[in-house]
Amino acid sequence: MIARVTTFAIDGVESRRVWVEADIRQGLPAFTIVGLADKAIREARERVRSAITNSGHVFPGLRITVNLAPAYLRKIGPGFDLPLAVAILVASDQLEPTAVEDCAIVGELSLSGDVRAIRGALAIAEGVRRHQLPRLLLPRARAPEAALVPGVTVLGIESLQGAVDVLAGRAEPPPPPPPDPEPEPDPMLDLVDVRGQNALIPALEVAAAGGHNVYMHGPPGTGKTMLARRLPSILPPLTPAEALDVTRIQSVAGLHDGAGLVARRPFRAPHHTISASGLVGGGAHPLPGEATLAHHGVLFLDELSEFVRSSLEALRQPLEDGHVTIVRGQQVVAFPTRFMLVAASNPCPCGMGEEACRCTAADLARHQRRLSGPLLDRIDVLIPVARPPAAALREECAPPSAEVRARVIEARERQARRLSAFGLACNAQMSPRVMREVAQPAPSALRLLYELHDRHRLSARGHTRVLRVARTVADLEGSDRIGPDHVHIAAGLRLEQPALTAAV
Amino acid sequence: MTYDLACDDCLRRTDLIAALAGWLDVEWRQRQAPSRVLALRDEELLDACGMAEVRERYARFTPAQAREAIHRAELNAICRCTDAYPGPLRELHDPPAVLHVAGRATIVGLDDAVAVVGARRATQYGLTVAHDLGRGLACARVSVVSGLALGVDSAAHAGALAGTGPPVAVLAGGADRPYPASKRALYDHVCVRGAVVSEMPPGFGVHRWAFVARNRIIAALSRVTVVVEATERSGSLTTADLAAELGRTVAAVPGRVTCSTATGVNGLLRDGAVLVRHVRDVLDELADLTGSSYETRPPGGEDLDPAVRHVLEAVGDGHSTLPMLVAAGFDARTVLAALGELEGRGLVRRGFGGRYERVPV
Repeated sequence: MIARVTTFAIDGVESRRVWVEADIRQGLPAFTIVGLADKAIREARERVRSAITNSGHVFPGLRITVNLAPAYLRKIGPGFDLPLAVAILVASDQLEPTAVEDCAIVGELSLSGDVRAIRGALAIAEGVRRHQLPRLLLPRARAPEAALVPGVTVLGIESLQGAVDVLAGRAEPPPPPPPDPEPEPDPMLDLVDVRGQNALIPALEVAAAGGHNVYMHGPPGTGKTMLARRLPSILPPLTPAEALDVTRIQSVAGLHDGAGLVARRPFRAPHHTISASGLVGGGAHPLPGEATLAHHGVLFLDELSEFVRSSLEALRQPLEDGHVTIVRGQQVVAFPTRFMLVAASNPCPCGMGEEACRCTAADLARHQRRLSGPLLDRIDVLIPVARPPAAALREECAPPSAEVRARVIEARERQARRLSAFGLACNAQMSPRVMREVAQPAPSALRLLYELHDRHRLSARGHTRVLRVARTVADLEGSDRIGPDHVHIAAGLRLEQPALTAAV
Repeated sequence: MTYDLACDDCLRRTDLIAALAGWLDVEWRQRQAPSRVLALRDEELLDACGMAEVRERYARFTPAQAREAIHRAELNAICRCTDAYPGPLRELHDPPAVLHVAGRATIVGLDDAVAVVGARRATQYGLTVAHDLGRGLACARVSVVSGLALGVDSAAHAGALAGTGPPVAVLAGGADRPYPASKRALYDHVCVRGAVVSEMPPGFGVHRWAFVARNRIIAALSRVTVVVEATERSGSLTTADLAAELGRTVAAVPGRVTCSTATGVNGLLRDGAVLVRHVRDVLDELADLTGSSYETRPPGGEDLDPAVRHVLEAVGDGHSTLPMLVAAGFDARTVLAALGELEGRGLVRRGFGGRYERVPV
């Protein structure tokens, strides 16, 4: 007899419906799995055999063939254990076929028959809703995460036996586990801790308000990393849709505990030895990279000049398009990558900075070359970080993040009103064409821009970037028109190679 | 339009030097005195080298071919037998036979000419100073002479392009060949705004002795030679020595005594070179020599907002970073806007490591 159970496979950060078909017939005892299954699924045979036996059921001593359909889709991971076991139980008449008709099943089995947690519960629950299945049976620890999707009845179970009982209607599913005694979320790093760098807060605020990519440039030990780590605290909170995106990605990547929605913007700071696939995603079975893990959050690249050139080159498409497409063998996977890039580096290779620097012009030119190129083209704001004077270090405290964040939120709301028609969220996403329509520079500001263009050899791209940042400055000050003062600030924050090194 | 003011004898002489270039390299390595060799007459040179094939080439030399090459390279040729030859070069005891000029030949050998030379492996400090000197001099309509080399030389040329004084680059190889090749863009600019000069025939490559020989032209063409950053063994010091031999003024920009790139210049100062702190020092020296007066372009920004002017003054007083300006009592937003405006007007520029500096005039 043939049994069919619905389950879901993870593909990128989405889920795809997969049918597990089990066929049992007379013949020498055998257990074959077909349908582009990976190693973990082939090993499922042993787990399923033990789990069925240890749960008090009979593992049929006949010829068993299991097919995972559609056959072209590559299936990965141990989440197919439970649907496999259930399919075999149905095929061997130990469970009614009607019991599994309207229910998607996922879960990993242990030898004893216990069900273990799986990755990507949220993506799977969304798939269940997309295919209009009413019920989803999955490990109890992931039930709260799956329950984030409305319209799906989530059955959280703890063992194969529990699953059989629930499916056969012999038992109610156990209630979802009580939320763990909420471990106080470690308080977000706050700007208040930053001393002596008050001068940089407005620049950081502009970057946060417009979602502009930032480049921090300055000697070591001046607080570049400290400021970057506090950037999420002045970004607006995640919208519900963004929170779902972040939760889905973290769950697929195995970074989520299944407890519910992620409330905090991600902050990712990969080490500079990271490979291109580590940064944008990849591997034989493509997994999300740091760029995707930083989706809706901050990707911080400290010591930018130390990163491998190929890794930085790989960031080009993600920065440009907000997603990255990875092709591996017969697989094409798209990952979302809409993050705010924060890069930091020393002004010179020796890292001594200022007076102690012993680098020659040639060293500096080399350093500069490593930094320049495709990445800096996508960065709108330069923050020159310098060593604060001692008095400032003693006396100055930065304003609390909440205060800055309130202004940022207000500026983002202004942007959203203007940009929602174009499907954009913040100024950094404006294309030159959109900007021509909505930027609204005052005539005096425009004159100033052209003047800068003439006198300062501001490139066409530089012009666009200055205008884009000026728009954010105006938004922060609640002004609908871009005034000359806004252009001045934006021009002061623009990133351009120092003319001197360019000329020499 | 190109000048062709070179006589057959001088062209033949140029060809002889080119034919002897390899031998001169060996000679120079052994004796370190190309100028003494270059002062020899043709016959003496032929005897000294004792190479039959060179003598044969000398005998068979056809001026028409040389003229054709010069014409094809779009160079001006001026020989020492004509009045158009730059007067200052005649003071050399071994003046180049033919001067090949790319660009404006008439501006070579002006009275108001200052050489700015220095180390190729310069520090950021040296580059900044050279750039500022080049700019300041050119803004006072002074012709800046240098060698287009990496480092200080090209920084001086690049700075000079900002002013009206015509830049002059003296090359060790042919005047039609940018050397180093990475400075092609700068070479093109100098050609248009001023002149690129060489004593070697068009298309000729570089030899080690030729750099020293080129330095004597730089020294001779300039009333004042300013050395910016030089180690004790720097080629720039030979320029200074040659300038001193010719009775020209030698000036130097002081450096840190602990810094190896400053030992040469500090040595010059100890030996009595004029100390240069600012372009004004050079212009004063030049004024004493020529009797003219030199006005640099007046500083821009008379119409600055008072708040912005205060920031400018604060930057000039050494409050050179954002935190320092804020500590000095300015509001952070004002500072950002003011720096943006000042930078746009060219009154302030970004320096090293997040510092701002007032652009000297």
